[in-house]
Amino acid sequence: MSKSMVRLEPIKYHVPLARPKQGVAGKTGFWRTEKPIVDNEKCIRCYLCEIYCPVNVIRVEPETGVTIDYDYCKGCGVCSDVCPVNAIRMVPEE
Amino acid sequence: MGESKPRPRPPLPYNMRDVVLPGDAACPGCPIPMGWKVLSAVFGEKMILVIPASCSSVVVGAYPGNSLKASVVHVAFASAGAVASGITEALRRRGINDVQVIAWAGDGGTADIGMASLSGAAERNHDFIYIMYDNEAYMNTGIQRSSSTPYGAWTTTTPIIGKTEHKKDVAKIMIAHGVPYVATASVAYPHDFYAKLQRAKRIHGFKFIHLHAPCPVGWRFDPKYTARIARLAVETGLWVLYEYYDGKLRLSGPSRPYLDPSKRKPVEEYLKLQGRFKRLTPEKIEEIKKYVEWNWEWVKRHM
Ligand SMILES: Cc1ncc(C[n+]2csc(CCOP(=O)(O)OP(=O)(O)O)c2C)c(N)n1
Ligand code: SF4
Ligand code: SF4
Ligand code: SF4
Ligand SMILES: [Mg+2]
Repeated sequence: MSKSMVRLEPIKYHVPLARPKQGVAGKTGFWRTEKPIVDNEKCIRCYLCEIYCPVNVIRVEPETGVTIDYDYCKGCGVCSDVCPVNAIRMVPEE
Repeated sequence: MGESKPRPRPPLPYNMRDVVLPGDAACPGCPIPMGWKVLSAVFGEKMILVIPASCSSVVVGAYPGNSLKASVVHVAFASAGAVASGITEALRRRGINDVQVIAWAGDGGTADIGMASLSGAAERNHDFIYIMYDNEAYMNTGIQRSSSTPYGAWTTTTPIIGKTEHKKDVAKIMIAHGVPYVATASVAYPHDFYAKLQRAKRIHGFKFIHLHAPCPVGWRFDPKYTARIARLAVETGLWVLYEYYDGKLRLSGPSRPYLDPSKRKPVEEYLKLQGRFKRLTPEKIEEIKKYVEWNWEWVKRHM
């Protein structure tokens, strides 16, 4: 056999590497059937809604209160369920 | 008046903000990214998740995107333990010691098909963290029973009378391996999970964490209840949070009150919120209660 089974020259692979990307499943806000609405007057800034939000779209700041990125919020309602003072209400999407 | 001091920024949620990107493919109310947020609070981008075939493989999204700002290695179903061992050793040889290797596998990928490679990695005591996120069935392929599905639960392969065997307790199997660190955790207690990861990070050798992770789709409950149901599992004494190291079991804070059976909520409160337990008979509920007692006896013996 003339041809060796072993390749001695270096092989340059093109490795298809995925990169971090927001919205790998698109704008997941479209999935929503109910929308969380926050009453920042009631909110005691306990951070629980942010800690538990599975989509990581809630930000709680002592000064400004709670903000939600509705482009991606899936409307699961976990935030409203963990809020100790019922400051988050789920309302049906039109 | 002097400058007012900025308020201290607690690690949760401030350190959870950057790595888990919004818009992943998880169902609403999914426990998986909840767990990842806690991982990211401890390790930031400096982690390599080894993920065998499971819901998690789908949740991070398809090429060319990745919902995590951390490295993910997708591997064959049975191989998480083996691949994580290899990556750990490769990093060590290269002198890279600030990156945490984490095998992140489902209950099917751990208690069933991945058990051999997990056992091998534990026995060789490779220096990484293995996390079994336990949604108590094969969710990604359509809610089939796993050996980690609890007694009485409906699945598509236990459709009429529910599962007739109790859950395989993988944490106990890992304790029997004599590894340096074994813990149980729950998505309802992120601060407890955070503290356990911090401890695991400082321990050299094989670490195993069994993370209870209620799945709204497979357990048949309203997605808003993911955290509530995980909390009820602890409050009813069904799921016990502990750490096991240096030959001793240490009950974790959230579970401590429930050493006293009178402090536990009735298991019915946990079961009734889940459609998968809808058809439980009173006898089966009694059997579940017996199992809870039996498990607590085991806990007490090892404290
Ligand atoms: C060897 C092999 N057998 C079967 C499958 C199909 N499969 C992919 S994911 C999965 C279920 C995984 O269940 P689990 O590990 O509990 O993770 P979950 O989907 O519940 O998060 C199965 C059976 C596979 N990918 N490879
Ligand atoms: S509804 Fe769900 S996804 Fe939307 S902000 Fe609340 S917890 Fe996050
Ligand atoms: S859980 Fe409720 S009280 Fe706490 S930060 Fe969120 S909205 Fe405010
Ligand atoms: S089936 Fe359950 S575990 Fe899987 S992505 Fe959906 S909610 Fe998450
Ligand atoms: Mg599973």
